Amino acid sequence: MQQLSLSHFTVTSALGSGLNATLAALRGRRSALRPCDFETVDLPTWIGMVEGLDEVRVEGALAAYDCRNNRLAQLALAQDGFREAVTEAVGRYGAGRIGVFAGTSTSAILETEQAFRRGALPPTFPYRETHNTFSIADFVQRALGLQGPAMVISSACSSTAMTIAAAARMIACGLCDAAVVGGVDSLCLTTLYGFHSLQLTAEGPCRPFDAGRSGISIGEAGGFALVQPGPGIALLGYGESSDAHHMSSPHPEGLGARRAMEKALRSAGLRPADIDYINLHGTATKVGDAAEDKAVAGLFGGATPCGSTKGFTGHTLGASGIVEAVISALAIAHGLIPASPTTATLDPEIACGYLIGGADRPVTRVMSNSFGFGGSNCSLIFGRA
Amino acid sequence: MRLYLEGIGLCAPGLANWGEGREVLAGNSPYRPAEMRVAASPLLPAAERRRTTDSVKLAMNVGGEAIAQSGRRAEDVMSVFTSSGGDGKTITAIFETLASSEREVSPTRFHNSVHNAPAGYWSIATGCREASTSLCAHDFSFAAGLLEAATRAVTEQSAVLLIAYDLPYPPVLAACRTIAAPFGAAMVVSPYRTAACLAELSLDLCRDVETPLEDPELESLRAGIPAGRALPLLMAVARGEERRIVIPNVAGNSVAVGVDAR
Repeated sequence: MQQLSLSHFTVTSALGSGLNATLAALRGRRSALRPCDFETVDLPTWIGMVEGLDEVRVEGALAAYDCRNNRLAQLALAQDGFREAVTEAVGRYGAGRIGVFAGTSTSAILETEQAFRRGALPPTFPYRETHNTFSIADFVQRALGLQGPAMVISSACSSTAMTIAAAARMIACGLCDAAVVGGVDSLCLTTLYGFHSLQLTAEGPCRPFDAGRSGISIGEAGGFALVQPGPGIALLGYGESSDAHHMSSPHPEGLGARRAMEKALRSAGLRPADIDYINLHGTATKVGDAAEDKAVAGLFGGATPCGSTKGFTGHTLGASGIVEAVISALAIAHGLIPASPTTATLDPEIACGYLIGGADRPVTRVMSNSFGFGGSNCSLIFGRA
Repeated sequence: MRLYLEGIGLCAPGLANWGEGREVLAGNSPYRPAEMRVAASPLLPAAERRRTTDSVKLAMNVGGEAIAQSGRRAEDVMSVFTSSGGDGKTITAIFETLASSEREVSPTRFHNSVHNAPAGYWSIATGCREASTSLCAHDFSFAAGLLEAATRAVTEQSAVLLIAYDLPYPPVLAACRTIAAPFGAAMVVSPYRTAACLAELSLDLCRDVETPLEDPELESLRAGIPAGRALPLLMAVARGEERRIVIPNVAGNSVAVGVDAR
């Protein structure tokens, strides 16, 4: 199979807008989590919110797409030279040969929630442009002037990770030459109250793999990557699997997670010892971290450095795959294994090589894990091209 | 891309299953729209059957029919679920709760609200640990799902179950999004020919005009429901034809399917 790379990439999360802000926060070990003050939400939980989103507007020809989710997309597309890189790719391949495979779990349902609270949907409610799950790919495709195949993958918290695997398959089959991947999830009441109802939200900042961890902090983020042959951060392999266990809790032994990681290694032609850093899914739920630890320790033992970056950004749900793919790319480009700013005491039951303090050292190959509700698992491997 | 169709599932008003639907689509019996009833899949554990949603019932029903016809074991087959809107009833109930003063969202309803809920239940019910995609492309969800299934089958050299389903929204959202009726269709496609082959399919992108249906009532299903865009392909199979079908897709990238069901 032809070697593909993330030739350009960008992310906006609670850590800030763009690669420089993200890298500075990772190096400075600055968690962006804060007590929840989002909208009218009254819950004892913390969040990772993107600053200034209320002031952004989607205007002009795409004004109907204006909503929190697409504002976040618009912000992300405008930074790190991403739009310019896509324009250059259009010149090389043609707009019809560049796909858009985007992910989201909740699309723009915040605006629908608000409309229900006001008592009715206006007759002009832009269902297709905002509420519908396809909105994010539709918006990105139009905003970038692309005309290739497009879809939204919505498999809960593995959504944007799976867009990278889908792009590799579409390019391998000749349906497009390059693809914009990634996507957005933005804060809304459904996820905040929903995860709270499942008793999966922490009262303080989430503490991945900590002995005292008590749940997630929900975050929001948007990130994109341009996938094409040539230089960049190489996509070395991917693996996907299903848990076949439960809708909202992972297989207790991490069987599905392990299967995804094994498939990713096989597709990359690598052994566990070839991986320098694993960016864990690590959402900081009791059972989720324990199951992932069993899967990782079972496959890698305790020597491979691993960590979760959810303590920086919160769990950005469907966006976590692209956020952590970008963090993995930064780890390779800048020789950095991120620390865990909110994890104080490692759970003594943990057997994988969790590195609370991170490290500054060369990183050649990174595995990034994303697991979602419904038992949807995706493991990606990135490396130097 | 070349694929071999090994099994079909169908569930829509007046097309209760593929056996019945095939006769109608072949022109052997007249189309009579009828109210459809979909029972929870017997594959699900009893506790899950009680709290399962309409979208899970519909998707599992057509998926089970297609898999049985293919002769494959469900646990060995990757899956692609495509829907233009997911489960409108579940998300509407959540919106109503969030608009109330209590905001006590039901945990079961919350996990049932994810777009990949049918994929999750399918995997739990069948024990399938293979890869699965859940996707959406608004009106073009069937074509997008077909491309995802085809690229999975070809790159991984393994069979894929494609399940396309749509349900009308309840009031409020129904006012801004019309889905004519519930509709589910499923296909098992394989990258290699087996004894179960019903038709050979070859897929390409094109910019041609979509293929409509002649019968006005069937055409209203095709045009009025995104998952209904599967009907011309299924009709070619039902009639044992060799025919080129064009299925509309995002940004004019229609999918041309050469169907050889002779």
